[in-house]
Amino acid sequence: MQQQWHHRRGWHDPSAADDVSNWAVRVRRHRRGDGGPLRRDPEDRLAGGVAAGLAAWRGIGVTTVRVLLVVAFLVTQGWVLPLYFIGWLMIPPAGSDTSIWSRARHDSRGVALAAALGSLLALFMLIATAVNEQLLETYGWPQVVSVACLALIWRNAADGERRALRGLIPPLEGLGVTGATGGRRRVSRATALRFTASAVLLAVGLGWLLSEHESLALLRPLGGLVLIAAAIVLLLGPWWLRIARDLVLERQARARAEERADIASRVHDSVLQTLALIQHRAEDPQAVVQLARAQERELRSWLFEGRSPGGTDVTSLVEGVREIQRDVEARHLVPVEVVTVGDCTLDEHLSALLAAAREATVNAAKWSGANVISVFAEVEPGTVILTVRDRGKGFDPDAVPDDRKGVAESIHGRMARHGGEATVQSAPGEGTKVTLTMPRTAQQSGYGPKPDEARR
Amino acid sequence: MSAEPGDQPGAQPAARSGQPRVVLVDDHGLFRSGVRAELGREMHVVGEADDVAPAIELIERELPDVVLLDVHLPGGGGQAVITAVKQDHPDVKFLALSASDAPEDVIAVIRAGARGYVTKTISTAELADAIRRVADGDAVFSHRLAGFVLDAFAAAPARQDVRPSFDPELDQLTTREREVLRLIAQGYTYKEIARELFISVKTVETHVSSVLRKLQLSSRHQLTRWAAERRLA
Repeated sequence: MQQQWHHRRGWHDPSAADDVSNWAVRVRRHRRGDGGPLRRDPEDRLAGGVAAGLAAWRGIGVTTVRVLLVVAFLVTQGWVLPLYFIGWLMIPPAGSDTSIWSRARHDSRGVALAAALGSLLALFMLIATAVNEQLLETYGWPQVVSVACLALIWRNAADGERRALRGLIPPLEGLGVTGATGGRRRVSRATALRFTASAVLLAVGLGWLLSEHESLALLRPLGGLVLIAAAIVLLLGPWWLRIARDLVLERQARARAEERADIASRVHDSVLQTLALIQHRAEDPQAVVQLARAQERELRSWLFEGRSPGGTDVTSLVEGVREIQRDVEARHLVPVEVVTVGDCTLDEHLSALLAAAREATVNAAKWSGANVISVFAEVEPGTVILTVRDRGKGFDPDAVPDDRKGVAESIHGRMARHGGEATVQSAPGEGTKVTLTMPRTAQQSGYGPKPDEARR
Repeated sequence: MSAEPGDQPGAQPAARSGQPRVVLVDDHGLFRSGVRAELGREMHVVGEADDVAPAIELIERELPDVVLLDVHLPGGGGQAVITAVKQDHPDVKFLALSASDAPEDVIAVIRAGARGYVTKTISTAELADAIRRVADGDAVFSHRLAGFVLDAFAAAPARQDVRPSFDPELDQLTTREREVLRLIAQGYTYKEIARELFISVKTVETHVSSVLRKLQLSSRHQLTRWAAERRLA
């Protein structure tokens, strides 16, 4: 049973992947052929995330890997499945160095359970071999290993992965294979009807396959298989559909959450900042009008023309930093000293870095009281580093309440969402230094003033 | 040659001990008088010039400790002054000063032999400090110059860029030098850098001087190309 639904699950992946918003695509592109160590990718998984991990490791599409796995499963008569489970056991999940196996090794009861289940299946296989059951014989034996691995994974995986495993169980419950949770089983009429129908189909199909009747000899293999397939679809179809739907829903929800966070930090950067400025300059009507008008223009261009606030036609990092300098100097009347080393074209990640830098610079201009702010940006082959530093009041980073949106969301959150990192060093009286680091994506590697040349 | 101090009208007859003797070379009269007024209490400003030829003449006559030299002069770049003076008077030290910061000019002036570069936005106290440092033989890097140098030395040199040189070490910066330059570029003072890196201020000065040496002596082709690329920026 196991192998069956396992490779079935591979089937509906392409449709799922297509339906999914660009989020999954982005994640995949971002990690493509990253040259890092082989890691499972629990974010993008159907079962253990091994396929996604392999895909990211080798820089191939995850769907390709899954199709290859299913083909290999059929070609090797089932031996790929235990290999998959061994991979699940041995390859650490992304962002970690400890595999499930490193924990399972010390779990003596788990090892015993795995051995017990494995031997039980082996016994069953022996019996099956004795009665000469061909199909079971070829596909069954490798699964002795699979069952043992699965038991170890089940006992030692992290919570998130266990939840995923649990999601695989309900149909087996329905079939009565696992009696453990039988007590609370409620069988609706529809389910009962479904089971009866599929049982009838199964019986007829099997009967047909096994019948000795001469006149049906030609029809037998075809008709029997069709009926059995129909029975299986009837049984498991709703469950497959639900898993596919859940997967899509989950990804959509994440994409939406990210988008909302992005909008929130943009509104914070532009509208809320301007409102704060207007309060500060309430006694100067002209300045207030000017600020309001500028903000209105910016908001309109973002909402209706899809341009990011502040970003006019900035295409390179240095242009972006210069623009921050201009804006902050104009609005907050604090000189900003800019030093840039190297330059590169902007992508969405570096735009996020610039947005975070803008926020840090505005914060320094507003709160630090320093008479100059230093912005330093360096483009290295693998990363872009940007620091914003002032010699002003400083603050105690630990004492900032969680609800202060500025630093937490606009800087840390934004950097984290795009794979970067932000550190804030500050102490009362010592000034503040915000360091932003963003890895560069592979296609724009290469150092130097290329954007400059393009601009000229 | 006349090395006699004090034949400048208005200047004090004898050099006040401990105070560096300074010549200002800048084509903006307003700027010169401003600097003179502000520095007058701490420095001994022995003369002013507004172009290349008068500057050379004045410097060779006065032999000051430090020449505060504008990068841009009507009759040629500041490097023309340095090149002319350095031949006969290698002891005169130059501190380059500029409002514009066209990198290729700045690098050219440094390569010609200036001991440092500061922007005109610098505060009077910092300028006085920089002049004293240069007079003591140290190098003075503004945050912008640090950025230029990091940029010029940044990429690993492509193979065709490295010409056979006497001293391959001249062609790249050490990790420590890079760290120091990065901090200067971020607006740190030498004292702050020393604290940040757990080294003495003297060590910071040594690193900066060593970077200056590399900048002036490196045969690295990259430097020239880098400057050329920036020419129109």
